[in-house]
Amino acid sequence: MKLSFDDLHKAFESRVRLGIMSALAVNDQLDFSALKEFLGVTDGNLATHIKKLEKEDFIGVEKSFIDNKPNTKYYMTPEGKKAFNDYLNLMEQIIKSQK
Amino acid sequence: MSNEQDYLKNIAEIRSMMERSSKFLSLSGWAGIMAGFYSLAGAWIAYSYFGFDPDEISYSSPELTKVIALALGILVTALVTAIYFSWSKANKKGEKIWNSTSRRLLASMAVPLAVGGILIILLLMKGLIGLVLPLMLIFYGLALYNAGNYTIKEVKIMGFIQLILGLISSWYVEYGLLLWASGFGLVHLIYGIYMYFRYER
Repeated sequence: MKLSFDDLHKAFESRVRLGIMSALAVNDQLDFSALKEFLGVTDGNLATHIKKLEKEDFIGVEKSFIDNKPNTKYYMTPEGKKAFNDYLNLMEQIIKSQK
Repeated sequence: MSNEQDYLKNIAEIRSMMERSSKFLSLSGWAGIMAGFYSLAGAWIAYSYFGFDPDEISYSSPELTKVIALALGILVTALVTAIYFSWSKANKKGEKIWNSTSRRLLASMAVPLAVGGILIILLLMKGLIGLVLPLMLIFYGLALYNAGNYTIKEVKIMGFIQLILGLISSWYVEYGLLLWASGFGLVHLIYGIYMYFRYER
């Protein structure tokens, strides 16, 4: 599926979503608390943005239990990787064209 | 969100997030400076008070137990110091010291340090004291070289220098203590001062 310019824009316009994708781009997987610490946002805020990225199939979720406590890990899907790269290329083009 | 400024800001944020989420950046130069001091002081005490100065591979020293106790003392003090300074640096940035990046950093050092530690105990039991100092440098160097992937890149360079000193010292066993003091003392000290001026001032 080819994402349009507007789709990419919408997906990454938020600083939090861009942050989540950047962190997952260099980490195989991260749990909720690690993401929260890197981004410095509240639980609710982070959960909302994660849900949005999940809906787009940009990130995947892996639920497990550690010492009987639920532990949720997030990772970037191949679709997410592609979208993130497309977005970086897009920014590059725009900056180049404005020079 | 449509002008160049916004995109440049976005790119800066992406870059910073990639770095922060994959590397432990709360190592403090002070930890290196203090570790350097402890090591130099320790080497001096071992040499002048306990007469410890290995000159061949199978070396024996009447004060060996005291030297080992001294070395363990330095190790613990240096570790506590490093943890304290990292903790206060992370605190200042509003980060936790025990997070996914610090866990990865420690995991990358754990294997070379554990293997080196066990090997050194075995050598001590076999009386091959002259090899202990060079191997401390080599295994510590390997740990740092690995750790450099998960923190600032200077740590990798420091690891490389410790490795070279360790190899030299394996050949020139009689300079073991001097080279050990250079590696654990001087190199830490220089690294710490560099870090302080580069990243913390």
